Amino acid sequence: MISATAFWTALAVASAGTYAVRTVPLLLAGRVAALPSEVRRALRMIAPSALAALVALAVARPDGQLDLVAARPLAALVAIVVAWRTRSPLATIGVGMAVLVVLEAL
Amino acid sequence: MDRAAFRSGVGSVVPLLPAMAPFGMVSGAAVAEVELGLAEALGLSAVLFAGASQLAVLDVLDSGGGVLVAIAAAWVINLRFLLYSTSLAGEVDGLGRGRRFGMGYVLTDQAYAVAISGIGERPRDETYWRYVGAAWTIWLTWQLSTVVGVLVGDRVPDDIPLDFAVPLLFIALVIPVIVDRPSVVAAVVAAVVSVTAAELGAGDAALLVGALTGIVAGATADRGR
Repeated sequence: MISATAFWTALAVASAGTYAVRTVPLLLAGRVAALPSEVRRALRMIAPSALAALVALAVARPDGQLDLVAARPLAALVAIVVAWRTRSPLATIGVGMAVLVVLEAL
Repeated sequence: MDRAAFRSGVGSVVPLLPAMAPFGMVSGAAVAEVELGLAEALGLSAVLFAGASQLAVLDVLDSGGGVLVAIAAAWVINLRFLLYSTSLAGEVDGLGRGRRFGMGYVLTDQAYAVAISGIGERPRDETYWRYVGAAWTIWLTWQLSTVVGVLVGDRVPDDIPLDFAVPLLFIALVIPVIVDRPSVVAAVVAAVVSVTAAELGAGDAALLVGALTGIVAGATADRGR
């Protein structure tokens, strides 16, 4: 049984830290915009890096262990081609889901 | 208010809702399973509002790991928001303080991914309203599905892989930001390093380790040109 004090203390502190990392850079927006262009170019690497890491972990280790020759990585490869050719999120999700369902049914 | 941008933001996350609602139900049901109630579930979902870390806090506390370990686990999982927030900050310069504060509260992987796609081509207000539409749709879905999860438990059919819609959307949104050699280097390095780190036992820190390495690699490739 989790005690009420432990629960609400953990929630409050965890949330405060989470809110800080979510918000502080946005509140400093003017200073971020004023950074040297070299730093701002590095900041543009955040989106491809973070999204690629999210995708890679979700696709290659869906159950917490590496499984590359499986339905999900194969469906993801097809989805990457669809995304690249069509630039359409709907087509990417539709085709990716369809390929995964078919592969899992085999 | 830019209604068209707001609607486009809402529309861009609609395909995700069938994936997000079951995840929200799981996070609600997890609260019921450790014999806590609706107040605690909504505390996690509305105050912390970050799925993986909500489950981690419960898991650590339930297994007797202690308050400090629970907090540390949540922080490590959520540190990635620092990257998203920094990445968006350069695009919202001049936006009111209240609006930027609100943006931070509803920042999620999905809302960030939607906001960042095509960001250089959109005026700032359009980026803002697109983000608001996407982020608050996610927020509302998350709260509602948490409540359902507490009340009726986790009754999601296992045989339809709905959760796969989330990485698929990230694929659709990451491809357009991979525009040149440095961004290709960043994405590939981040993908390989995050999976390798996870295999080596980095746990919740794997994502952050991969993303940071990707950023450094991409920036280095950029400087080499």
